[in-house]
Amino acid sequence: MSQVIADLKYAKSHEWARLLPSGLVEIGITDHAQHALGDLVFVEVPEAGRALEAGAACAVVESVKAASDVYSPIACTVVECNTELASTPELINQDCYGRGWLIRVKPASASALEGLLSADAYSAVLTAEGG
Amino acid sequence: MGRKTPLYGLHVEQGARMVDFGGWDMPVNYGSQIEEHHRVRCDAGMFDVSHMCVIEIRGHHSRAFLRYLLANDVDKLRVEGKALYSCMLNETGGVIDDLIVYFMNEQWFRVVVNAGTRDSDIAWMRAQARESAQHLEVIERVDLGIIAVQGPKARAVVAEFLDSKDRDATLALEPFNGRVCGEWFVARTGYTGEDGFEVVLPIERAPSTWRALVAAGVAPCGLGARDTLRLEAGLNLFGNDMDETRNPLESGLTWTVAFDPATRDFVGRQALMDIRAAGGPSHKLVGLFLEDRGVLRTSQKVVVRGVGEGEVTSGTFSPTLERSIAFARVPTGTGQSVQVDIRGKLLPARVVKLPFVRNGRVLITL
Repeated sequence: MSQVIADLKYAKSHEWARLLPSGLVEIGITDHAQHALGDLVFVEVPEAGRALEAGAACAVVESVKAASDVYSPIACTVVECNTELASTPELINQDCYGRGWLIRVKPASASALEGLLSADAYSAVLTAEGG
Repeated sequence: MGRKTPLYGLHVEQGARMVDFGGWDMPVNYGSQIEEHHRVRCDAGMFDVSHMCVIEIRGHHSRAFLRYLLANDVDKLRVEGKALYSCMLNETGGVIDDLIVYFMNEQWFRVVVNAGTRDSDIAWMRAQARESAQHLEVIERVDLGIIAVQGPKARAVVAEFLDSKDRDATLALEPFNGRVCGEWFVARTGYTGEDGFEVVLPIERAPSTWRALVAAGVAPCGLGARDTLRLEAGLNLFGNDMDETRNPLESGLTWTVAFDPATRDFVGRQALMDIRAAGGPSHKLVGLFLEDRGVLRTSQKVVVRGVGEGEVTSGTFSPTLERSIAFARVPTGTGQSVQVDIRGKLLPARVVKLPFVRNGRVLITL
């Protein structure tokens, strides 16, 4: 069973978003996504300053098996990328909700997270997908 | 729902992630495919390859038939149990399948073919048998499974399962030789670049044997590790690196085509001779090593400055080299360096001599 964390927001495309005390939002991929991909071996993240629409491809995570796009769950501007992933992409397998975060962004609006799925709603999506 | 091997239930029980492979539900990994890969390189791992098909060619004309059917020459097989790798070609020289043929005795050769092509292979073989009007039988063995135990410690583990009368002779088998051990046929072959045995056994014995091998410390491995291992070992995959539209000469498989003796006719020979007479193939299959970080994948475009373009046929991340490697079909005039188009960026890659890794040793310069 994939782990879903209660206080995060989720997108159907298997990204999570966490509102940080600073007002920035941290984005990563879910346990379901890392498990489906398998061992991650390469991560391509966007440059700081890039503006993203909600649903825009913002990063690529590659496992031994396949390359997969990561979509920004919200409209935002990239502030920071997880540079540790360049040398240790396996952090995403080991700790996808923690040290395996991908990017930190400034949301385009304060209410940006409201349209995302709750943990329960995302769990229901996984159940419907058979995972 | 795909077809299932006799070990399907065990794979699911052991937590394997199952995927479709050539119409079969097969394990891709049991957790980390990189760990499985390393187990095979350093210790012992095993693969359920029961989806592959054992076909018996029986009858007095078996040898003559196979000499016509296959691009390699089974006349090289004179010792019982000896194995030969070959392509089976169509009339235009395209590869219908690649396979291993074992010489059992003068009235019996055993052929092991790929899962995705088993039905069409058998139909082709039977059609060729009819055409050459020879009396022989092509028998599909649905009662046999195959477990490939691979790695530096693999043979010793398998030997523990053999009767004492079989043990020494089996351990003494040279590479690409096999022998009958009671209900089993054990061959020193594989698809990983490591030493090991492939065990052909009755399907009803497969689950208990698998469990016993797990208990003996052999790691169950999925198709994910099998793919990274075979790529490092420089071994082609049918459907990726060659198919009906590609001939052995442009697929790195010229060494498997026996043009001598010139008196032996085989399916596809004339087409290959014509290509040679016209100056040889326009493309070749090479190994690539990505200089930068990133992952080479099937179908990526290869740019050879001043020469032309090619394509990655198989690409992956190499767990042993911790870099990306690939096979690519490129213009014959390609030199030592190329560029690969990865999501719109041209990244430099080096052309290297295959294999990348063999028997646990890295064979290319990093």
